[in-house]
Amino acid sequence: MTATVGTPPDTDAVRAPERSASSLVDAVFRAREISIAGALVLLVLGTWLANPRFLSDQGIKDLLLNASILVLLAVGQSAVVVTRNIDLSVGSVVGLSAFACGKFVAGTDHGVLTVMLLGVAIGVVCGLVSGALVSFGKVPALVVTLGMLYIIQGVDYWWARGEQISAADVPGAVLGLGSGSVLGVPYLPLIAVALLAATAYYLRSYRSGRELYAIGSSPEAARLAGIPIRRRVLAAYAFSGAVAGFAGALWLARFGTVVADNAHGWELTVVSAVVVGGVAITGGTGTVWGAALGALLLTTIGSALVVLKVDAFWQGAITGALLLLAISVDRVVNLRVTAALRKRSARHVHGA
Amino acid sequence: MMLRNAVGRRAVATAATAVCLALSLTACSGTTKDSAGESGAKATGSAKADPDAPLKKGLKLAFLPKQINNPYEKILDEAGIAAAKEYGGTGKEVGPSDANASSQVSYINTLIQQRQDAILIAANDPNAVCGPLKQAMKKDIKVVAYDSDTAKDCRQLFINQAGSEQIGRSLVQHLAEQIGHKGKIAILSATQNATNQNTWIEYMKEELKLPAYKDMELVKVAYGDDADQKSFQQTQGLLQAYPDLKGIISPTTVGIAAAARYLGDSSYKGKVVLNGLGTPNQMRAYVKNGTVEQFSLWNPEELGYLASYAAAALASGQITGAEGETFTAGELGEYTVGKDGEVILGEPTVFDAKNIDRFDF
Amino acid sequence: MSTAPDTQKAPASRVRGPGLRWDTAVGVLLVAVLVVGLAGTEGFGSRENLAFAFNDIAEVALIALPMTLLVVAGQVDLSVASMLGLGSALTGALWEAGWAFETIVPVVLLVGVAGGLLNGWLVTRVGLPSLAVTIGTLALYRGLASVALGSDAVTDFPQAYADWAVDTTTVPGTFLTYPVLLFVVLAAVTAVVLHATGLGRSLFAIGSQEEAAYFSGVRVKRIKLLLFVVTGLFSAFAGVVFTLRYGSARADNGLGFEMLVIASVLLGGVDFDGGKGTLFGAVAGVLLIGVLKNLLTLNDVAGEVQVIVTGLLLVASVLTPRVVAGVVERRHRRAARTP
Repeated sequence: MTATVGTPPDTDAVRAPERSASSLVDAVFRAREISIAGALVLLVLGTWLANPRFLSDQGIKDLLLNASILVLLAVGQSAVVVTRNIDLSVGSVVGLSAFACGKFVAGTDHGVLTVMLLGVAIGVVCGLVSGALVSFGKVPALVVTLGMLYIIQGVDYWWARGEQISAADVPGAVLGLGSGSVLGVPYLPLIAVALLAATAYYLRSYRSGRELYAIGSSPEAARLAGIPIRRRVLAAYAFSGAVAGFAGALWLARFGTVVADNAHGWELTVVSAVVVGGVAITGGTGTVWGAALGALLLTTIGSALVVLKVDAFWQGAITGALLLLAISVDRVVNLRVTAALRKRSARHVHGA
Repeated sequence: MMLRNAVGRRAVATAATAVCLALSLTACSGTTKDSAGESGAKATGSAKADPDAPLKKGLKLAFLPKQINNPYEKILDEAGIAAAKEYGGTGKEVGPSDANASSQVSYINTLIQQRQDAILIAANDPNAVCGPLKQAMKKDIKVVAYDSDTAKDCRQLFINQAGSEQIGRSLVQHLAEQIGHKGKIAILSATQNATNQNTWIEYMKEELKLPAYKDMELVKVAYGDDADQKSFQQTQGLLQAYPDLKGIISPTTVGIAAAARYLGDSSYKGKVVLNGLGTPNQMRAYVKNGTVEQFSLWNPEELGYLASYAAAALASGQITGAEGETFTAGELGEYTVGKDGEVILGEPTVFDAKNIDRFDF
Repeated sequence: MSTAPDTQKAPASRVRGPGLRWDTAVGVLLVAVLVVGLAGTEGFGSRENLAFAFNDIAEVALIALPMTLLVVAGQVDLSVASMLGLGSALTGALWEAGWAFETIVPVVLLVGVAGGLLNGWLVTRVGLPSLAVTIGTLALYRGLASVALGSDAVTDFPQAYADWAVDTTTVPGTFLTYPVLLFVVLAAVTAVVLHATGLGRSLFAIGSQEEAAYFSGVRVKRIKLLLFVVTGLFSAFAGVVFTLRYGSARADNGLGFEMLVIASVLLGGVDFDGGKGTLFGAVAGVLLIGVLKNLLTLNDVAGEVQVIVTGLLLVASVLTPRVVAGVVERRHRRAARTP
């Protein structure tokens, strides 16, 4: 207790000196992603040594395919989380979108593009509702999106009533998107990477993208700086919703068979992936690359445990422990860096 | 400073009180598993059956499936409700939207309040639903379990899709023939707690102990939680973890469909034999493209239909659930109540490329 | 219910319309639902149905008490349902191993305390946000539950204890079951702690301005740690109640309850940003969700629709006070402009 006197008891201290030494901070965050990537590589190598089949052509393909949808959702969620908000409704949106798209294409020959657009449209509508409530209604994001989780799920279940769209009813072109590949690389991971790169570029290089970080870092300062907070937050939710809707359409393409409760309970997995990837739940920091790596790491752990013949009962416990470890290490490293930065800026002051 | 200490002390005191409260319970004499007496008297059997009693008109039946958005359960319940119309009764389907053990309980309570004539239940947990079901029976509401049984003293009848032993053993027998009684096999089940799944798996293990299967080894039971995507990934994992796997048995309609889809798109197609329980409509494509040679299932519509008639026979006093009683289940003909109040629908049908087009469910 | 909340002490109460307090509104809504049910739905008012309806939410209600304190202090614990599952699984595993039930209960409670300590330690010492920490322990505790009990379900708990928990045994002459009675007592205690003690005042202070509270001498970390410990304790205890009530110990017991607990607390007008709320509101929220579910089920309203209703209520619970406050404020401003 005495050791921390002088610093406020909670987080905010970390973000304060951001601008003063942005290059160092940048380097640290990159280090953060490198450390996740390192963990991932270790995990994959270790599993591969234990069972070479893990990295067979089929094995790699499976790993990438498994991660694709979660990576997409993590990218969408990151855009919301950096603004110090959260979107718990994504699992329900994926479920609704997948079922709606399935219902739409069943027994028809609608093209891939139409289905994808439908999925995105459904997602955007859901995202806009959540976003409007959060930004214009000024209500806590967690409560509203929890409410939306229930509402969207209820609508979805009520509509489906136990109906199932089976792969046989889905047009071949749509299924082809889920199982097909170009030069041996399946489409789904390619789509995920493309969206990831685009989002990363936007958040980094566009003014409105960087403003999302500013909002999350300090809403008050962002407001004083003239950033249109409401519009930006609304846009972030619309984006997250759109991505979730899109993911629902891809779900249909990948799995073919859809029922109402696809992706049920995924919201916490997505948030876990984002947090493991170094996007702080308190907003303002983290990159979509990190979030995507977090998603990849989580799905890879799942696959690796099966391949390593670890009892299925341990899987949940290991995932949880890993999540705690990741955020704890992250926090400790952050504290060290902050201390270092402070020392450095103190030297600067003395030097001048 | 004073405030701080006061708060702190009070905090510690509160925590201490809580722990003390807890520990004080230990002061009582110990009740262990062995000292607790066997409880639970048989609830059935006081009334007399009148085999000639006609089916009553206007019976109210309620179907309580594992969860309402499960396509398979929906087929059962719709058939049961249609059957109720045949004999002048009404049926409805109510139930939770998740397959949790506890979530069925509140529905049982409301069905008691609504004074239904019979409750038909596919239990998520054989024991969690027991208390309320016993209450229902006390109020002269008939209880029929179908698809997945409750504990034996909590229902009057269990309509079994086929003998559990037969399902378990025959799945192993079929797969063994397909792979020549040799090699490693795995099971892809539903949730870790599913009663019917676990019973079948027990019988599969029994069967595998026989000398005929000495060259076969069950390497893993994986759980796909009856979720399509999870089952899909579990299949992937199985094939990577056991590259020399020869066969997979998936005794759940969700699991076998997901496993078939993975196999069909992967390099394992044709190398790994998949067998289990599935519906013809879900599996048709995979039988036709050669991913799956054969699988089996009873007719779910007939199961729902039989359960509905059995409940009506109970509620009309034709039967009481005692062994040896008989009743007529509409078009399906006559059925006899077996040991422990079990009624068996019949042998499962084996579907393959030759006969699959004759079925539509 | 049994509490007379004293909200004057809640600082920074931004929503201040005439008679527009949300927790009161939820209380009124609860009474309205009860009246509608009693008047219009057959079977709703029977003693056994009421006993069941209230007993059915006993665990959620028990966990909601410490959760209210946590949320008031600006924290949240998502691991409660997993701790309930772990408590249930441990109860089963130890019972199966031949332990005396009277030993099992304190051990399970201690595990609850330990789980709470881990949550609290990570939040207060490592300095992590409670949301992130408890998402992690949500997976961890549920995982440990399934390690403890695997796919087994343990049954046959001692009749005397099982009778204590089920809805068929009530306090003679009433529809109150023993878990509900216990809840009423604990709710009264919690209400006093929150609204009539220095500790309660500190919680509001932490929730509305943590730094200010710290510098004015509130032992922020210790209090937060204590809250997480109590929450873990209550959750593990709820696991024992759950196990006895259903007579079935399983690792997946109470799956997803965390959302229900939080929804109930927030529905009762406890502000998720901390610093605001009454225990009365939270209790009214829990009861409203429970009674409404019972009433809708009795009227054959489909489960999916009930899910939608829960969601709408939740959104309304946070939106309405804000909208009302906005309207009131605008009216004030207009009144000020035109003298």
